[in-house]
Amino acid sequence: MSKQAAPTKSRVKAEEQPGAAAAVEEVTDHIDPAQLDEEHAKQKEEQKNRIEAVDRETLLKLLYQMILIRRFEEKCAESYSLGKIGGFCHLYIGQEAVAVGAISAIRQDDYVITSYREHGHAIAKGVSADEVMAELYGKSGGCSSGKGGSMHLFDADVNFMGGHGIVGGQIPLGTGIAFGSKYKGTDQVTLCFFGEAAVNQGAFHESLNMAQLWKLPCIYICENNQYGMGTSLDRAMSLQDVSQKACAYELSSEFVDGMDVLAVREAVQRGVERARKDYLPTLLEIRTYRFMGHSMSDPGNYRTRAEIEKYQQRDPIKLFTASLLENGVIDQAALDEIEGRVREEVEHSARFADESPLPDPKELYTHIYADE
Amino acid sequence: MAMMTMREALNQALREELERDENVFLMGEEVAAYQGAYKVTKGLLDEFGDKRVIDTPITELGFAGLGVGAAMVGLRPIIEFMTFNFSILATDQIINSAAKMLYMSGGQFKIPIVFRGPGGSAYQVSSQHSQAIESWYAYFPGLKVVMPSTPADAKGLLKSAIRDDNPVVFIEQERMYGNKGEVPDEADFTIPLGVADVKREGKDATIVARSLMVPVALKAAEELEKQGVSCEVIDPRTIRPLDVETIISSVKKTNRVVIAEESHPFCGVAAEISAEINERAFDYLDAPVRRVSGADVPMPYAKNLEDLAIPSVEQVVKAVREVAYLD
Ligand SMILES: Cc1ncc(C[n+]2csc(CCOP(=O)(O)OP(=O)(O)O)c2C)c(N)n1
Ligand SMILES: [Mg+2]
Repeated sequence: MSKQAAPTKSRVKAEEQPGAAAAVEEVTDHIDPAQLDEEHAKQKEEQKNRIEAVDRETLLKLLYQMILIRRFEEKCAESYSLGKIGGFCHLYIGQEAVAVGAISAIRQDDYVITSYREHGHAIAKGVSADEVMAELYGKSGGCSSGKGGSMHLFDADVNFMGGHGIVGGQIPLGTGIAFGSKYKGTDQVTLCFFGEAAVNQGAFHESLNMAQLWKLPCIYICENNQYGMGTSLDRAMSLQDVSQKACAYELSSEFVDGMDVLAVREAVQRGVERARKDYLPTLLEIRTYRFMGHSMSDPGNYRTRAEIEKYQQRDPIKLFTASLLENGVIDQAALDEIEGRVREEVEHSARFADESPLPDPKELYTHIYADE
Repeated sequence: MAMMTMREALNQALREELERDENVFLMGEEVAAYQGAYKVTKGLLDEFGDKRVIDTPITELGFAGLGVGAAMVGLRPIIEFMTFNFSILATDQIINSAAKMLYMSGGQFKIPIVFRGPGGSAYQVSSQHSQAIESWYAYFPGLKVVMPSTPADAKGLLKSAIRDDNPVVFIEQERMYGNKGEVPDEADFTIPLGVADVKREGKDATIVARSLMVPVALKAAEELEKQGVSCEVIDPRTIRPLDVETIISSVKKTNRVVIAEESHPFCGVAAEISAEINERAFDYLDAPVRRVSGADVPMPYAKNLEDLAIPSVEQVVKAVREVAYLD
């Protein structure tokens, strides 16, 4: 990857925002370990400062959710290779801090909409791991009754508005959901997630323009994992600083370190406040990295081992765990207890999915029209 | 003759046409460095360089329109959609620009472009990724629509499509990329657009099938042979222009017709073929024309439901037995 210009921070009082700090670096095969250590130490220092502002219960919940999503995805990989999950299966490993941090900043009655890489968002929004896994197994107990699969998780009960398979397709939808909240006069906000490659679709630009024109309470969250399938950001985007694109539509925006769950949480909290109080949209570019291939069928040989390892060193779960241990928020026993509970929840979800019946053949012809 | 997969045959056609004409270029998502999402474009970047084999951003409407513009000034673009589901984003440029440019410019601007990629169902990729939308494109005068079912047809038809001076929508089938068949070696092997192929001769009933349904129809014909029913299998290969003559002469011989298709039945290609038969050969029919189509529902994810949504050999056998009044 070519070196990028250091992204500007927020355009909304950038100087005052600790959450806007970013780590952008050159990715080469020759990574300087000393520099890496230095960056890592800096990142930890920043996270430490943030920890002090958050209560213990919340911190533990964030950790639990991130570990849950990681282990859930590992189970998915296993089940996929056993043929229990079919189709396209896009794992979220490496990006957990984004969904968990962001969704921790909203209420249960707020909305979330995202792409096909959405197992983590669904779980963080409160869809049960059981129902997510059953959906991936194509079973009737799944959150979309087995009809949607990995790319199309939905749960109206928790305002999880779906996984969408067309790159960029969910961005106008999220805009419309936010329009609905304003129209009805509620104070609900919408988090609309998408990958950085979706930014090249017209849908992104059309949506941002409308959102600012009509002042819609939508927080656009670009999960910049730096690749759209096998194409790196620099091969597909002329201006690679996504957060800067907000300028064209006069939106507020921030660049956020997506490996720091608390940095994500704080940035989204700021966006949520603007949205709830003043019906204002925000664009967040959250820099992250996916540790696995694009989907289960992608060998991923467009990235170097060194590059992947570099990001694995700043694994968001490792970073957060280390910070919590060092700050005395948890000890090893507490961590073990969390891992134990997670293991149980994931195993339970796989059992639930295994035992859930296949959809009844009659279901092929249900849900086509609303009046049936 | 050489044995090869559909994927390899398409790759050969692309290579030969890139070689033959400098104005041909290939553009799409992951076609170059990644060697194609389904490896159809493997090796082409190395051979022809990044001026002619071009990776795009995920911007279907944009690069489809760019292709049409380039065609207006004499280039011959091949635009790959990673799948035809994503061509839906580009329909504005395909339909509003490519299909009508020649007509609305009073014959001044021809658009020699090929839009190609896999269409139809894959394996459990659910509602947004399993759509057979050939009837949309076939609906519009100005567009040609091609759907090959064998490696030889794929190669010969793709070469003709690239040389054609009209916009051609060339729909492959993801499930068929690995299918093998003999492909002629001749340097300039092409198959003209608009000519159907009789894939199997028979006398009792005609099965018209395209793309994924051709192997299904051939299996059904084998099964029916054992039951004493001789079936003729016709693959139109080109949906528009449609070779109605070949279909009609078969119907005049067998007097019974089943049309198999993977797509939804409503306003579909089978409906069109059925109308042609009714208008031109009604008096020759011994039974009403029967369609076997994909289920009239968005594609479900669950394996058991997906299996029910795609027409099977059994369904085709049953339909033929019905038009032959055997059941
Ligand atoms: C309109 C459209 N074009 C192409 C695809 C195929 N496709 C699926 S995901 C993807 C890459 C998207 O990358 P990005 O938006 O960065 O999200 P990420 O996968 O990195 O989370 C592509 C090309 C698609 N689903 N939809
Ligand atoms: Mg990406």
